[in-house]
Amino acid sequence: MSLFWQTLICGLLLGGVYALIAIGMTLIMGVMKIINLAHGALVMIGMYITYVCFHYWGIDPYIAIFISMPALFFLGCLIQKYSINVLIGKESILPENQVLLTVGIMLVLTETMRLIFGSDYKSVHTSYTGTSFFIGDVSVSIPMAISFVIAMVFTYALHIFLTKTDIGRSIRATAQDKEAAILMGVNTNKITIVTFGLGSALAAAGGTLLVPIYYLFPDIGHAFVAKSFIITILGGMGSTMGALFGGLTLGIAESFGATYISMELKDVVGFVIFIIVLLFLPGGFKSLTKR
Amino acid sequence: MLKKFWFLSIIIVIAIILPLIVQSSYYRHIFILILIWGALGVAWNLLGGYTGQVSFGHAAFFGVGAYGAGLLAFHLHISPWWGMIVGPVAAVIVSIPIGLICFRLRGPYFALAMLAVGEICRLVFTQWVSLTNGAMGILTLTTFSSKLPYYYIGLAILSFSVYTVYRLMNSRAGYYFVSIREDQDAAESLGIPTTKYKMYSLIPSAFFSGLAGAFYMNYMNYIEPSVVFSLPDVSIMIILVVILGGVATLWGPVVGAIIFVVLSELLRSSLGPAHLLVFGVIVCLVIMYMPNGIMGEVDRIKKLLQRKGARIGSEIT
Amino acid sequence: MSYFEVKNLVKRFGGLVAVNNISFSVEKGEIFGLIGPNGSGKTTIFNCINRYYSPTGGKIYFKGKRIDKLPTYEICRLGIGRTFQVVKPLRRMTALENVMSGAFLKTSDVAKARDRALEVLDFCGLFRYRHFPAKGLTIADKKRLEIARALATEPELLLLDEVAAGLNPRETEAAMEIIQKIRSSGVTILIVEHVMKVIMGISDRIMAINFGKEIARGTPQEIVNNEEVIKAYLGESYAQGK
Repeated sequence: MSLFWQTLICGLLLGGVYALIAIGMTLIMGVMKIINLAHGALVMIGMYITYVCFHYWGIDPYIAIFISMPALFFLGCLIQKYSINVLIGKESILPENQVLLTVGIMLVLTETMRLIFGSDYKSVHTSYTGTSFFIGDVSVSIPMAISFVIAMVFTYALHIFLTKTDIGRSIRATAQDKEAAILMGVNTNKITIVTFGLGSALAAAGGTLLVPIYYLFPDIGHAFVAKSFIITILGGMGSTMGALFGGLTLGIAESFGATYISMELKDVVGFVIFIIVLLFLPGGFKSLTKR
Repeated sequence: MLKKFWFLSIIIVIAIILPLIVQSSYYRHIFILILIWGALGVAWNLLGGYTGQVSFGHAAFFGVGAYGAGLLAFHLHISPWWGMIVGPVAAVIVSIPIGLICFRLRGPYFALAMLAVGEICRLVFTQWVSLTNGAMGILTLTTFSSKLPYYYIGLAILSFSVYTVYRLMNSRAGYYFVSIREDQDAAESLGIPTTKYKMYSLIPSAFFSGLAGAFYMNYMNYIEPSVVFSLPDVSIMIILVVILGGVATLWGPVVGAIIFVVLSELLRSSLGPAHLLVFGVIVCLVIMYMPNGIMGEVDRIKKLLQRKGARIGSEIT
Repeated sequence: MSYFEVKNLVKRFGGLVAVNNISFSVEKGEIFGLIGPNGSGKTTIFNCINRYYSPTGGKIYFKGKRIDKLPTYEICRLGIGRTFQVVKPLRRMTALENVMSGAFLKTSDVAKARDRALEVLDFCGLFRYRHFPAKGLTIADKKRLEIARALATEPELLLLDEVAAGLNPRETEAAMEIIQKIRSSGVTILIVEHVMKVIMGISDRIMAINFGKEIARGTPQEIVNNEEVIKAYLGESYAQGK
C-alpha cells in the first residue's frame, strides 16, 4: 500500500510543475489559437538561466526564478512582436504556418543553447538535493515539495491576475472573441505580445523549478512540448483550471505508468491518453463540467 | 506544352548523366540525400499540401518503411532489398488504422494527433527490444561499393513518386483533394466522401514515405529508432523541405530538397557547430516572408500573367 | 408519398430548440419558399436536410427514401444540392475548378467535367470569370458560384439559402432570373430568402416560421396578408393597429 501512496505523491508533486508549464502554453493557445512548439525550448532556456545563476554566481535556484521569469517575459514579447505577429494577415496555403514558425524558433533557441553550453547533460547540486522527509512511511523529496508549493502559488497568482486585473480581463476577452475584443477597444496586438511574454515567463518558472529535480540539456525542450500538449488537450484549450487539473492527472498517470507498467513505457501512456482524449473528449475535462 | 516537354526532357537528361560527370563520392552522396528528401517531400506534400491534412508525424511511415526492410535482414537473414516491397506495404498497413482514427479530427488537432502517433511509434520501436533490437538499432551489410546504383534507384523512386502525384492531381481525386483542403464542409455538400478521399491521399503518401524509408535503410545500412522516427529531424524537416520549395506544387518538394540538402551541407562545412542555428534562422525568415515557398511564388507570378491574358481574351469574344 | 417530405423535424442545441416539430412537403417541379425573421430556424432546417447537422428528431424522405440518417455526401449523391448562406467558396481554386469539383459527381473524366462546368458557368453568367480564383470574386459572384457549383452536381432538388441577401437591386434581378431558369430546366427548388421581393415573386408555396415553429403556410398572396406573419415581422402593435 505504501508503494501506492509513494507513487501518488510523487506524481502529484511533479504534476504541479507540469501544470505550471502547461498553463503558459494554454494561455498562448487560448489567445492566439496557435500551437506553440517552441514552448519546450522556452522551458529549456529558463532551466539554463537558472543553471548559470547557480553555477557562476551561486544564486539558489528558487531565487533565480526572479531572474529567469522577467528574462523570458522579455524574450517572449520579442518573439511575438518581431516574428509571429509578422505572419498575421499573410495569405498562405498551410493554415499551420504560425505553428511551423514556432518550430523554426524552437530550432534557433535550442541551437543557440547548444552552441553556448554544448550537448552534454548538466545538473545542479544544492544542499537540499536528494533530501526528503517522511509522512508515515512515504518519503517526500524536499526539492519536489518546494517546487510544487511554488508552482501552486504561481498558478493561484495567475488566476487572480486573469480575473481581477484589467490586462488579465483583456487577455480573457481576446481569448474568447478577438473581433469583439477589438470592438470593445482592446489593443489585441499588444495583448498577444503580453500573453506570449507571460506564457514564456510561466514556462521559465516551470523550468527553474525543475532544475533541482532534473538534469538539463538543449534537447530537453521536446519532452516538455509533448507534455504541455497532452495537458492542454486534457484540460481544454485556454482553461487555467483545466490545465492545472490536466497537469496533475498527467503527473499521476506517468507516475503510475512507471511504477506499475514500466519505466520505459510511461511516455507511451501519456500519448495514448492524449489521442483518446482528442477523439472522445474534444473539449478536454473542461467540457465535462459544462454538461 | 511543347516548351514544358523540352524543359522536362532536359531535366531528366541532366538527372541521368549528372552522377557520371561528378565522380566524387561525397557529391554523389549529396545527390542521393536529395533524392530521398525529395521523395519524402513529395509524399508529405500530397497529404499536407494538396489535401491540407498537415501531418506532424510522417516519420512514422518513414520509420516503419525503414524497419520493414531492416527487420527482414535482422530476423530472417534475407536481403534487405526485399524491404523495398515490404517496407512501403508495411507503412500502408500502418497508415490505414492511423488514418481512420486521426481523420476524425480537423486542422491543428489532426496535426497534433499525428505528432503523437509518430512519437508513439518511436517509443514502441525503442522499447520492443525483442522485435527491433531497441535503441541499438539494426546494422546490415553494404550491397554496392559504388554509389552509382544507389543514385539510380533513388532517382527511380523520386520519379515514380512525382509521376504518381502528377497523375493523381490531374484526375478527379486531385480536384477532390484540393476541395477538401479549401473547405471540407463545402466539399462534403458537393457529394465528396471526404474521409474516403483523405484516405486515398494518405495511402500513397504513406507508401512513398515507406519506400523512401526502405531505401534509406538499404543505403545507410544502419537505422535506429531515434533517427528514423525522429520528430525534429524527420517529421518536421519534411515539412520544412516542402515549405522551402513550395507547398502544393508538383516540383516544390524536389526544389525544396535540393535547397535543404545543399544549404545544410554548405552551412555544416562552413559554420561547423553553428550550422543548425543559421539554418533555423533561415527557416524562420522563409516562413515569415515567403510562406508559399519558392515554387509557390513562381506560380503566383505566372498565374498573374495568365489571368491578364485570359481577361483580354474573354472581352474580345 | 410526396416527392420530398419533412416530418416532425426537431433540432435542439443544448437547451435551445432551434427547429420545433416542422413538417412540410414539396412536390416535384415547384418552388417552395421558407421565410421567417432572423434566427427563426430556416438555415437550421437546411442544415438538417443535408445532414450538416444531425436532426434531434423527425424524419426526412426524398423520393420515398428516408435520408435523415445518411451522411452529407450521400445526400448530395441522391440528388439534393445546396448553397450556403455564408458562402463557402473553395478559395484558392478558380471559379472553373470550383464548379468542376461539383461536376465530378457525375463523371470521373476531367475533360467531361470541364465541359460540364463551363456550361454551368455560362448558364450562371460567370463564364468570363472562369480563371479567377474564387476568393477574388465579388459577393454577388460568390453567391452565383455557390449556385453554379451545386448545379454542376446535377441535382433534382436544389436548396437555395439566401442567395439574394446582400445584393443590390440589379444583382437581385439577375439572381431571380437564374432561379427561374433553373426551375424551367426541371429542378425542384426549396428556397430560404430574406428579400421579400425575390421569394414572393418566384415561390409557388411559402411556409413562414418563427422561433422554430410553423406560423403560416400558403400562396405568396395568402402569406402577405397573414396576421401571424405580419406580427412576427413587424411586431404585435403594428398588427393590431392595422
